[in-house]
Amino acid sequence: MDVLWEASDSLTVRQVSGRLTERDLAHTTVMTVLDRLSKKGFARRQRDGRAWRYRAAESREAYVTELMLSALDQTGDRQAALARFVRSVSGAEARALQAALEALGEDPPKS
Amino acid sequence: MTAVFLLAAVAAGCVQASVVLADARWTHRSPAAAIVLWQAIGLGWGLATVGTLIGLATAGQGSGVADGALNLLARLTEGRLSLPSVGLLTAARLTCLAAGLVLFSLLVYILLAAFAAVLRARQRQRMLLSLLAHGDPKVPGALVVDYPAAAAYCLPGLRSAIVISAGTLDLLDSAELAAVLAHERAHVRERHDLVLLPFIALLSVLSWCQAARAAHRAVALLVEMHADDRARSQRPARELATALLRVGAAGGCRAPSGALAVSEPETAGEVAQRVTRLLRPASSLPVPALMLIGATAALAVTVPVAVLVMPF
Repeated sequence: MDVLWEASDSLTVRQVSGRLTERDLAHTTVMTVLDRLSKKGFARRQRDGRAWRYRAAESREAYVTELMLSALDQTGDRQAALARFVRSVSGAEARALQAALEALGEDPPKS
Repeated sequence: MTAVFLLAAVAAGCVQASVVLADARWTHRSPAAAIVLWQAIGLGWGLATVGTLIGLATAGQGSGVADGALNLLARLTEGRLSLPSVGLLTAARLTCLAAGLVLFSLLVYILLAAFAAVLRARQRQRMLLSLLAHGDPKVPGALVVDYPAAAAYCLPGLRSAIVISAGTLDLLDSAELAAVLAHERAHVRERHDLVLLPFIALLSVLSWCQAARAAHRAVALLVEMHADDRARSQRPARELATALLRVGAAGGCRAPSGALAVSEPETAGEVAQRVTRLLRPASSLPVPALMLIGATAALAVTVPVAVLVMPF
């Protein structure tokens, strides 16, 4: 998937295989993985002659945002789907917590 | 009729108890016991409310509620209650029976529907994580997602995962990260998601109801406090407290657009309460109080069951 995200254009299976530097995967393995990704909606594919060309359906950032928003979100079914360390905090409350942190003699957050 | 009055009293008592319990502060001293009590009250309320309706249907027949309901159903299926000939009383009985059965199916259905929705959301999360997340030596056993805001959560279930954003890695030192991991592992190990599920399911149909919202909020906070206690048994409390403060303080300032901008007044003060608890721990409730809680929990479930089964 990283290969598809980094590519500016859609890629054939052979091109993806070529760019997978870390492992020497069989052509059919790459084909199967790409096929599954497209079935799950993460990649789009289109016919190009006799081969399929694949590209990422959404940018990496879009997926990260979806993942994190559902993690930070408090509404609906997601409440039960995961357990968050800290539930949502209002701006005023965050400032109060910051003050409490400083009162404890701790350094302010590093960033 | 005694059975109906008893069941109605139990149902009303459970609602009243939930209102009291939602505001109570002593529950924070022994969250585990309070969680058990909440579960029992929830179950007791469901049994007693369904039982009251079915009890109305079978009242005055000289048999138990469960027996009477089965009897009524048997007569219905045998066709001995043909519609034109039924009296007003029988019609009222059948209405109550139907209402009871519908309520029962509804409660079971919303529980299953909530569970299915949870499984779907988790499936999507797992799929995204498998594409996006990577491990990090700073947080062994957890998945890291490159995202600037502070977020830490666990994905409970058979294939559980603890997820930490890169922003959290930057924010916390290694001791605080270990405390966060201990907290999340407690959630995963003790299946706290299942503890909360009935309350979330109820909330999905009673979102307008103040008591249901308060109940859900109270149980969610107790679950967090219980996980805090578990983490505290492995790590110094101060590490977890500063981790909470840092993540909390960062959460408000660096809200991603739209997500956290909406302030949630209902959860206001929860982080501060948890921090205070960690830094100045109150002693847990004395044994007699815990036994009283256990007895109340047992009664909330056994009384409606007994009334339903026993003949009156």
